[in-house]
Amino acid sequence: MKHLDEYRDKALVKPLVAELARSVSKPVRLMEVCGTHTMAIFRNGVRSILPEGMEIVSGPGCPVCVTSASHMDAFIAMAEMAGVRVTIFGDLFRVPGSNGSLAQASSRGAKIDIVYSPMDALDIARNNPEDMVVFLGVGFETTTPAIGATILVAQREHIDNFCVFSTHKVIPGPLELLMQDPDLKINALLCPGHVSAIIGAGAYQPFVDKFGLSCVVAGFEPADLLNGLILLARQVSENNPRVENLYPRVVSWEGNGRAISMVDEIFEPVDMEWRGLGVLPLSGLAIKEKYAHFDAQKRLDITIPESGEAKGCLCGQILKGITIPPQCPLFDKRCTPANPIGPCMVSSEGTCAAYHKYGRDD
Amino acid sequence: MCLAIPMKVEKVEGNPDDFTQNQIATVNMNGIGKQVRLDVVDRWPEVGDYVIVHAGFAIHSLVEEEAKKNIELIRELASHMPEEMLIAGDD
Amino acid sequence: MPDNTILLDHGSGGIASQELISKIFLKHLDNPVLRTLEDSAVIERQDGRLAFTTDSYVVDPIFFPGGDIGKLAVHGTINDLAMRGAKPLCLSLGIILEEGMNIDDLEKIVISIGQASKESGVPIVTGDTKVVPKGKGDKIFINTSGIGVVPDHISISSKNGQPGDAVILSGSMGDHGITIMTRRAGISMDGNLRSDTMSLHKMVSCLLAEFPEAVHTLRDPTRGGVATSLNEIAASSKLSIIIEEERLPIHPEVRAACEILGLEALFLANEGKCLAIVDGKKADDILKLMRTTAEGQQAVIIGRLVDGKPGRVLINTPVGGSRVVAPLHGEPLPRIC
Repeated sequence: MKHLDEYRDKALVKPLVAELARSVSKPVRLMEVCGTHTMAIFRNGVRSILPEGMEIVSGPGCPVCVTSASHMDAFIAMAEMAGVRVTIFGDLFRVPGSNGSLAQASSRGAKIDIVYSPMDALDIARNNPEDMVVFLGVGFETTTPAIGATILVAQREHIDNFCVFSTHKVIPGPLELLMQDPDLKINALLCPGHVSAIIGAGAYQPFVDKFGLSCVVAGFEPADLLNGLILLARQVSENNPRVENLYPRVVSWEGNGRAISMVDEIFEPVDMEWRGLGVLPLSGLAIKEKYAHFDAQKRLDITIPESGEAKGCLCGQILKGITIPPQCPLFDKRCTPANPIGPCMVSSEGTCAAYHKYGRDD
Repeated sequence: MCLAIPMKVEKVEGNPDDFTQNQIATVNMNGIGKQVRLDVVDRWPEVGDYVIVHAGFAIHSLVEEEAKKNIELIRELASHMPEEMLIAGDD
Repeated sequence: MPDNTILLDHGSGGIASQELISKIFLKHLDNPVLRTLEDSAVIERQDGRLAFTTDSYVVDPIFFPGGDIGKLAVHGTINDLAMRGAKPLCLSLGIILEEGMNIDDLEKIVISIGQASKESGVPIVTGDTKVVPKGKGDKIFINTSGIGVVPDHISISSKNGQPGDAVILSGSMGDHGITIMTRRAGISMDGNLRSDTMSLHKMVSCLLAEFPEAVHTLRDPTRGGVATSLNEIAASSKLSIIIEEERLPIHPEVRAACEILGLEALFLANEGKCLAIVDGKKADDILKLMRTTAEGQQAVIIGRLVDGKPGRVLINTPVGGSRVVAPLHGEPLPRIC
């Protein structure tokens, strides 16, 4: 597979592993804010070869993890409405709200279809004219343009039984807020590869300027990850924080203007609740009035309930990287992948799920 | 969050400025074919190009030079190894 | 038949039932025992212990590249017998049809069952058909039970693993699981993905004839994939298992489909493959023999059993790291993150 296999080549990976082992001279405490990075790091066993002095903290990079319980409850309520068929990315299926998940709603008869693309949801709308097909929108900047484009296609083709419940969020603002927390002591940021394809590597310059963070944009293959960690270690050692783009095959400094315009056309920034972090200003995206016809909240007159967080759940701390899963009193006791308390355990990329699957220590 | 993979473009329909028509590429990876949307891709691809595909949409067209630059960047770092470490690394 | 769909009458035991049985079931599954249509098939005394297994099949879609629900039902139950070292003797066939199911589809499935049964050399000796009202089923559900004979000197069990045993996988991973997954609305893709459904008893028989003691465990990694089966074996044998990621055989197309959907082939179902836990000292010879069989041409050694935390499965990754492979907690789902 071109543009993938080369970055898995053992001839490349082996020397990088050796180099990583020697790359740390000053302690590196880095945060990654991309669920796909979380998975890739665990799956490749990178944590088992991390050199002394390098620590990786998983931040709020999983859009499913940061979907609030209130939003999940609203999703489930929508799925249980008569005449409604809900379409979702697979990641959402087992996420718990205050009272069960979409999986459980499905077992009670709610019409829920798992799709790969929002365009598949549009097909489902075409094939089920008697249902109002709602796409539950979760995702960061990588995904939002796709949902926006789908709304435009729905409009153009007059597909009236289709709408989107947007809980889409943006990364840079919330990340900056996070960086201001004095308990969070990180000196490096592994920047999300595909979010950066949209927003550009330049989006991280403020993190260098305001917080002196070393920043590297990296991809997801073994060579990308290892190289990214090495460069972060070097930046810290040299005390020369800057933004380095190690993923130029996908990411440019300016980003993807066409995708950014698409999002600007359909969505506008709003305050939005992030699980564990509360309501963050202008951190979410709502569908503009111009496209109200495709806004599920308006079409179906949904109110978002005030749901509290599950008692004892430390997902909020875990998302900030202040607590690691084994430190949560519920981890692997009351909270397991089969019986998740919070989204960090349910999402296939959630910090706790990844720890449970791949990183259990004796 | 961003599961996205490079796939090779075999066919392109539509044009970048005309949103009244479908903007679609037929792409392939190892014999698996899909139709992906081009509504939000940064650079209009040509047949033979690779696009990064996420949730059925191309979010980026790979440029050969950038791809080459990337692999060389990494190879450069990997090649700066003292001789004895390379030998020691062999199984 | 005048009407082309299944009616409730077809399950009532009356004339409509008899017609269905003779025109479809007996026509395509004919053998001396089944033909008698007795309430039970009586099996002659056997030389050895009896193995007995049952499995139900509810796969959707019922037709897919590489097979159908009928073929699956025959191979799956034969394989369960083979995995205990039993020579399969005969099968039962229980079918629950949904009112309104297309009879042509039913016939296609029964023809497929007949072919699979014939090719495998394992007859269907008794059966049953019921019909449930529309909406209370999903076209067709099938249950097959099987009886086999385990020779006295054979002992194959997941408890028998020993430290130093090699783990052999008879061929590529995930073919069936990904084929079914990509047939679903909302996640379809074009390509040549095919189910690997196949009977394995002839290969097993060949292995056990040559190496009756060196083969300790056999397991067909169906639901939950290789990862789940290895976890079960590790737990039963109270040992750890280490596998090498680079040795895992995956078809390029399966790999691509998994990449697109964010799935791991380790967790996807296989219907024509088996894991063999064998004496480490005989592993190379067993592998060589396996590769001479039609079913095991692509067999590889993927790992070994070791002393360690009981039930733990570890995978060594290409970067030289290692991590735990935990069993699946539910159905694998496509993801975007």
